[in-house]
This record gives sequence, C-alpha cells and structure tokens, in this order.
Amino acid sequence: MANGSILNSKKFKISLICAFFLILGAFPKSAISQENAKDPKEVAKAAILEHIADSHSWPVLGKTSIPLPVILYTDKGIELFSSANVKEEEVNGEPKEKVYQGEHYSYTLVNDKIKVVGSNGEVDPVATKKVWDFSITRNVVSLWMSGIILLLVFLGINSTYKKRAGKAPSGLQSWLEPLIVFVRDDVAIPNMGHKYVRFMPLLLTIFFFILINNLIGIIPFFPGGYNLTGNIAVTLTLSVIILFVVNLNGNKHYWKHIFVPNPWWLFPIMIPVEIVSIFSKPIALMIRLFANMTAGHIVALSLISLIFIFGTLWIAPVSVGFVVFMDVIEVLIAFLQAYIFTLLSSLFIGMAIEEHH
Amino acid sequence: MTGMIGTLAAATTMYGNIAALGAGLAAIGAGIGIGQIGGKAVEAIARQPEAISKIQTNMIIAAALVEGVALFAVVVAMIG
Repeated sequence: MANGSILNSKKFKISLICAFFLILGAFPKSAISQENAKDPKEVAKAAILEHIADSHSWPVLGKTSIPLPVILYTDKGIELFSSANVKEEEVNGEPKEKVYQGEHYSYTLVNDKIKVVGSNGEVDPVATKKVWDFSITRNVVSLWMSGIILLLVFLGINSTYKKRAGKAPSGLQSWLEPLIVFVRDDVAIPNMGHKYVRFMPLLLTIFFFILINNLIGIIPFFPGGYNLTGNIAVTLTLSVIILFVVNLNGNKHYWKHIFVPNPWWLFPIMIPVEIVSIFSKPIALMIRLFANMTAGHIVALSLISLIFIFGTLWIAPVSVGFVVFMDVIEVLIAFLQAYIFTLLSSLFIGMAIEEHH
Repeated sequence: MTGMIGTLAAATTMYGNIAALGAGLAAIGAGIGIGQIGGKAVEAIARQPEAISKIQTNMIIAAALVEGVALFAVVVAMIG
C-alpha cells in the first residue's frame, strides 16, 4: 500500500465511488411504484422505446424537460410555437392531450408526432398529411451540439498548428494528432495509394463525426445521452454521401469491371449482381452503424429496467454492475464502429479510383 | 381434443414473439462466426508472436463485419 493512512489508498477511493453510485441508484424506485395498475414490463418497454425515439422536448431530470420549438410548414403558411403548448399533461394522474390553436389549424401531439385536430376535436388524417414538420427536435439539437464541438476542437487545433509550426505538438493537438495520423497512415494510404490527399477531409470528418456522436450517446446525464447515430436517417445520409463519392469518382476501370464481366457469357447474371452490389455496400454500412448503436442502447436500458420489473432492491447491484460492463463495451464499440465505417469507405473509394495494374 | 393429444397440444403452444426466435438464431450464427475468427487469430499469434498487431487488427475488422450481418437479422426481428 502507498504511504499514508488507508484513506489514501486507491482501492478505498474506488470502492467509495462504487458505493456512492450504488446508493444513488436506489432512489428512483419510488418513481414508478405509483403505477402498480400497469404491468411493469409494458411500462418498461414503452419507456425504452420513448428514450430511443425522437421527441419534441429534451428531458433533463426525471419529469422536467426543455420544450423545443415546433416549426410546421402547412399549406396556408408557416407555424412556429413551443412544444410545451402541445405536450401531454397529467391531470389527476391520467395523461390528457393538449390541443393548441395555431394560426391556421389546431394541433396536438400523438405519440410524439404532431397531428392536426379538426373542429370536432378528433385527429384529422387528411389535413395531417399536408403539414410538413420542420421542427427542431432532439435529433436536430444533438446534431448542432456535436457540430459545434467538432468545429471548436478542429478550428482550435488548426490555429494551434499554424502558431506552432515546426514545434512539438502540445495540449489538444497532442491528443488528436495520433488519431489523425492513424486515419491517414493505416486507413487512407493502404487503401487509396498516393491519391489519398483529396479524400482525407471526407474520411476525417466521417470518423470524428461518428465517434463524437457515439460517445455523446453513452454519457448518461443532461447534455449527453441522446444517440444521434442510432437514428437511421442520419446513418442513411452518411451512406448516401459515400454512395455519391464512390460513384462520381469511379474511373473507367471501375465501370468496366461492373458492366463488362470477364468471360462474356456471364453477362446476364453478373450485371444485376454488380448493380445490386453498388447499392448494397452503402446499405450495409448504414445498417451496421444503426444496429450497433441502437442495440447497445436498448441493452443498457433494459438492464436498468430489470430493477423495475423485478421490483426488489437486491437486483440493483447485479443490474448496475452489468450496465457498467456494457457501458465499457459500448465505448469500445463506439471507436470500433467509427473505425470500421471509415475503413470500409476508404476501401470502396480506393476500389473506385485504382489504376489498372 | 382430449387426453394425451390435448395435453401435448397445450404443452407445445408458442408463447411470445416469434421474431425473438429469429434474433436468437442470428446470435447463434454470430457466435459461431466470431468464435472461429478468434480461434484462428489466436492460433496465428501463437505461431508468430511478432505479427501480433497486424493479426489483431484484421481480427477486429472481420469480427465487426460478421457482427454486422447478425445485426441485420436483429433489425429485421425488431421491425417484424
């Protein structure tokens, strides 16, 4: 043991932290004991799915949440109001829907989607289809947050590099330089050869964007905790970008390889297969990232809701232990998925631009 | 349906969601695949310990690709 009393030893401090979190985890049990009429499994399932899906307000702690603005483009004009006006409220313990009378129509929130309410108080499906929802939801705020973080970090080290040209890196520079050099030396150059310089910004952006979004999803409290890469629309956008970059940069050999297979009598079979493979590779990228992130979240949330399903406190050490273990694995998977996405993108781009040898 | 056939039918009714069964089968596939990758990687390291970092990199890449396939099945199970 290090010199000093037992209070200085590392083991004591670590066990103190563990005991703190264990006791902290004991408190939320009282929140759900009012719902004893409902089956805890159904409540847990609804809570998990609501946690993962998009919503118009940002929950901060328990029941309090920050309402986000709702921006709608109806066929009569633009509507802008706060989502606190349409959020469900608890009246005597029963959730009741609020209807907001906007300038053109009245709106309410059903399952976190804005719907138009007709004059008789019922949801009007015809009018709802004509309303386009451009609201600032949790997805959008999270995207802006990670964009701001990325801009701050990278513009910061850009100016540091300029000021300290030729000197050894220090501070944030030295933290990021190994990652950037790793992406250049181990991902870009082996796959793309000497023409890698043109594509380095794309690869670095993809790598750090996915990494930051994955890591923000693992943080359990306020500004973090929302998983943007677990939303299939975001991963769809990333893979569409890769699709365009690969196919717009493909040179003659790439297209010849697709449309003129080697023995000419394989023509009818190989061409549909090759055309499908143009699309299936980005689709695989999209689903791999989405499913990994969403699965990690669902597992962590389900392990915590085990405490509520069983209803006793003694499940808590097992549950919390498992969740800590899963969170460590999730950090590994965050890095790994960012690396795999970048590696496969550079592989596809490399296949498209390589010279015939 | 009475007697033995009745009890047999009652005992073999399926409770729960069949999509969960599909996801479980996908997990078997992923387990076998990644187990093979890990096993061969460890054998290769034992044969040639100085190539450990290259072998490890390739093992992680192959494992992530196999796991991607298993997760396609989980996504289909979730949707269905």
